[in-house]
Amino acid sequence: MRCRILSATLLLAGCGGPLSTLAPSGPVAAEIAWLWWAMLAGAGVITLFVLGLLALAFGRPRETSTRRWTHGLGLWFSLGVLTLLLGAGLVVGERILPRDDGAVTVRAHAFQWGWSFTHEGADGAPVESAGLMHIPAGQPVDILITSEDVIHSFWVPRLAGKMDAIPGRTNRLRLIADSPGVYAGLCAEFCGRGHAGMRFDVQAHADWPPENWPPEPERGRQ
Amino acid sequence: MTDTTASPSEAQAAPADLPRNPPQRALPLNRELAGVWANDRGIWGQITSVSHTTLGLRFMATALVFFAIGGILAMLIRAQLATPDGAFLDTELYNQIFTMHGSIMMFLFAIPMLEGLGIWLLPKMLGTRDMAFPRLTALGYWCYLFGGLIMLTALLFGVAPRDGWFMYTPLSSSAYSPGINADVWLLGVTFVEISAVAAAVEITVTILRQRAPGMKLTEMPLFAWYMLGTSAMMLVGFPPLIAASVLLELERAFDWPFFDPLRGGDPLLWQHLFWLFGHPEVYIIFLPAAGALSTIIPVMCRTRILGYGAIVAAVLGLVFLSFGLWVHHMFTVGIPHMALAFFSAASVLVAVPTAVQVFAWIGTMWKGRPELHLPMYHILGFFLTFVLGGLTGVMLAIVPFNWQAHDTAFVTAHLHYVLIGGFVFPMMAAITYWMPLVTGKARVRGVGEAAFWVILIGFHGTFFVMHLTGLLGMPRRIDVYPDNPEWIWLNLTSSFFGFVMTIGFAMFALDMLLQVTLGTRARRDPWRAPTLDWAMPLPAPSFNFSSLPTARHLDRPASEVMLELACGDGALPGAPRGQREFLVTSVGAARPDHVAHLPGNTSLPFALSSSIGVFVLLVLWQLYLLAGMALVPVAVLIWVWGRGLAPRGPLQPIEIAPGVTLPVHHQARQSLGQSGLVAFLVANAALFASVLFGLAFLSVVTQGPAPPPAMIDTSRIAWATGLIAGAQLLGMALSRGGAPVWAALGLCANAVALIALLAGIVPVLDDPTAHARDALRAAMAAYVGLHLLVACGMAAFVLDQYRRGEITEQIRGAWAPWRLWQDFTSITTLVTILALIAQKGGA
Repeated sequence: MRCRILSATLLLAGCGGPLSTLAPSGPVAAEIAWLWWAMLAGAGVITLFVLGLLALAFGRPRETSTRRWTHGLGLWFSLGVLTLLLGAGLVVGERILPRDDGAVTVRAHAFQWGWSFTHEGADGAPVESAGLMHIPAGQPVDILITSEDVIHSFWVPRLAGKMDAIPGRTNRLRLIADSPGVYAGLCAEFCGRGHAGMRFDVQAHADWPPENWPPEPERGRQ
Repeated sequence: MTDTTASPSEAQAAPADLPRNPPQRALPLNRELAGVWANDRGIWGQITSVSHTTLGLRFMATALVFFAIGGILAMLIRAQLATPDGAFLDTELYNQIFTMHGSIMMFLFAIPMLEGLGIWLLPKMLGTRDMAFPRLTALGYWCYLFGGLIMLTALLFGVAPRDGWFMYTPLSSSAYSPGINADVWLLGVTFVEISAVAAAVEITVTILRQRAPGMKLTEMPLFAWYMLGTSAMMLVGFPPLIAASVLLELERAFDWPFFDPLRGGDPLLWQHLFWLFGHPEVYIIFLPAAGALSTIIPVMCRTRILGYGAIVAAVLGLVFLSFGLWVHHMFTVGIPHMALAFFSAASVLVAVPTAVQVFAWIGTMWKGRPELHLPMYHILGFFLTFVLGGLTGVMLAIVPFNWQAHDTAFVTAHLHYVLIGGFVFPMMAAITYWMPLVTGKARVRGVGEAAFWVILIGFHGTFFVMHLTGLLGMPRRIDVYPDNPEWIWLNLTSSFFGFVMTIGFAMFALDMLLQVTLGTRARRDPWRAPTLDWAMPLPAPSFNFSSLPTARHLDRPASEVMLELACGDGALPGAPRGQREFLVTSVGAARPDHVAHLPGNTSLPFALSSSIGVFVLLVLWQLYLLAGMALVPVAVLIWVWGRGLAPRGPLQPIEIAPGVTLPVHHQARQSLGQSGLVAFLVANAALFASVLFGLAFLSVVTQGPAPPPAMIDTSRIAWATGLIAGAQLLGMALSRGGAPVWAALGLCANAVALIALLAGIVPVLDDPTAHARDALRAAMAAYVGLHLLVACGMAAFVLDQYRRGEITEQIRGAWAPWRLWQDFTSITTLVTILALIAQKGGA
């Protein structure tokens, strides 16, 4: 609910769009978006503080303690702010990591220039699709990311951060979609001539596994 | 103040200060020096010049030309992105353009610009007449120019690199980048980096050994501390890039699979080596700019810098920390959890020394009375821009946010805030501050201020909204976005203000041009500065100082000091021996140690860099046999270079001040050449360590296919290896000798090791194209072979010096450099053998 109200406000503020990290549609992306807004507020305050100090410098010369600047502000103030921030980053980082809780896994295989996805079908047999990935809504999904040729990067901004697809390796990324719908994804790492067009969609389904494979694409984007 | 701890050899050097030299008439003294230090006439004079003033300015002027070219490319990018369908450029060309924009700005603008500033300014600020190795300065310049021209020519012919300026493999490997585009980058950039290593070596040596007598290391101008930090980082930071480029070029040329996951290589090895260079690189660019700020801010505020010690500590902290956070460019490659936390913490921590400096500068402004001269405008522009860039940098160091923002326009915005805020604004402050010393003219009022405002507005208009563009999901390096109307207005805004910014830079250039053509004569010491760079006539003469400043000339108003120095009050006045000379001092306390004679104008640097250029072009055209043959003239010219160091005529001790006599550098215990070789070997060790890192990474981290069983004949390897190891231990002992027979034996020992390598090991090495392990072994064998070959050459050089009768009781000739090289070669050879045995055991 909070998320809904938030995203509604944000849309008004021009933060929407199918690829917007500021219009999260799941807890992973929402955590990161919150982190961003907090950091933005902090950065704004620090910027005003520094510019204020700078403005006050224009005036009479005055006696000033060296240590207050180099140690007080330079060392302790910055260390304090940074420790707080790092702590927040570690907490959020911990919460969005994949863990071994039996989450649904989907394989995303990148190639020049497109994506193919492998899902586990209802009867356990793998189900392939190209350019459209299917996931359950409302539960964690781990994406196993691989590459056929060069380095690509798997990114669905409204659901989670990005993770590179590297030949010879398998990377794992967790994402969660709050509600059923279609979410836009793209390749974030430059991969040659077709990079800009290397888009895909993620469809989140209310019922999982879907009754018919391949599932009917649902209309409209979330 | 008396110095009672002086050792006997230093006793003759004055304890606290050198006595005054008798006054002379300034003008004849000036003429005498000008005759010895002047460049040759005309175009030929530009080719043979080795003067730090000429070359420093030329580095900066060339860098500004490349900045303009890079800027035009940026405008093409912005024109393409102004509309979603961007029918303006095709994708192929667009990829070349953004790759070249990044590569030019990094390698052909920022790095050469800071090298040029250091080369031009350091001797003036430290109170000496030239850099430590004038011919090396010239060599660096020509390598930079030729490498840059190769890359530009490729762009004109449409075969420029197109894989992004960090050239990730496998996209840049021959399977996915056929053609010479990627080779242009690898060879061109490596060619240019010769100048970076050369500059780093001589900046280090100049700062440590050429400060005015009495200018202690702990009291030298902050700019020198910053440049010392920069050069140290360049010595250690550039070799990983050079190593990576050479390995990738070997992979592309000969199919040695260092980065191919199908054959035991790893694309991530490239990323590690690249960012091991690439992150220090950011601070390599920032530190000289910060050094300029630490110099200019106190002068603009009519006070002294606040917190000198804290700033030096911050610089050293940055140098150290910057090597521990390269992984923050790789947060999304699938790094283990704990490593993410560690590198995130290190990346956040690096903000602390930066904050110390920013607050020290603001404190300095509080302490003094800031005056709004033009350099101060750019400094305020710096503060506004850099603080924002620093804060977004801290945000990006937080892993979860990085996972969203990485590879988006947010990062593009961040890096431009940091580089334009942290480098371009300070450089504009530096240019406007030192321009009178360059031209001897005062600037024309008005245009500079207007240029500042247009640049500032244009910059923030372009890049501030780009943060939002990135957060709305726009990735880097795309040329069209037909499905994303929500990005249109943001991109159009960026494009519009991008052109505004370009107009601002054009106005800045116009301001400089007006100053050169219409400016009135500047008065001497126009800023009333306390540093030695202003204690000379305007424009700066080729020799800087008629007599060299000593302890009594430091930390006083430059205008007073200038008169005394011009009349020969300082050390080593004039050029009575018709030689280019300066003082060499000790590292810590700057006690006078000896007098260095410098080479004069010569076309040798031009010839040597041209012959290296021929080699590079032949490799580019894949004529590998001819390329190998092209190394012969390179080797011959290097030999001739060494011959140029031989003393001419008998060496008399030189009286630098009444009653103070110093030996000439040929007789010195620790000459500049030796210091320079040590600095070079530090860089070489970093290169070697990069290759070892690669060996360890591929053996331990990479989970590729197992190598095919080794076919090596173990007993043959064993005897050859034993022979090499034995010969190298012998070589180390022999290079400590001191008679012709030792040199001859040393030559034999190295030759035996080389033959054992070539005949005993190379023929039985496993096919290097089969697996990354075998490719690395072959590469390491080549590294050892090259070093053995050079060691042979140096032993032969010493023998040749004996034949010519140049080595005497006092003059040790090339013994010392050979010994240094021999030790390095022997140790790296033995380490290579041990590393390969360890890898074999582990495999």
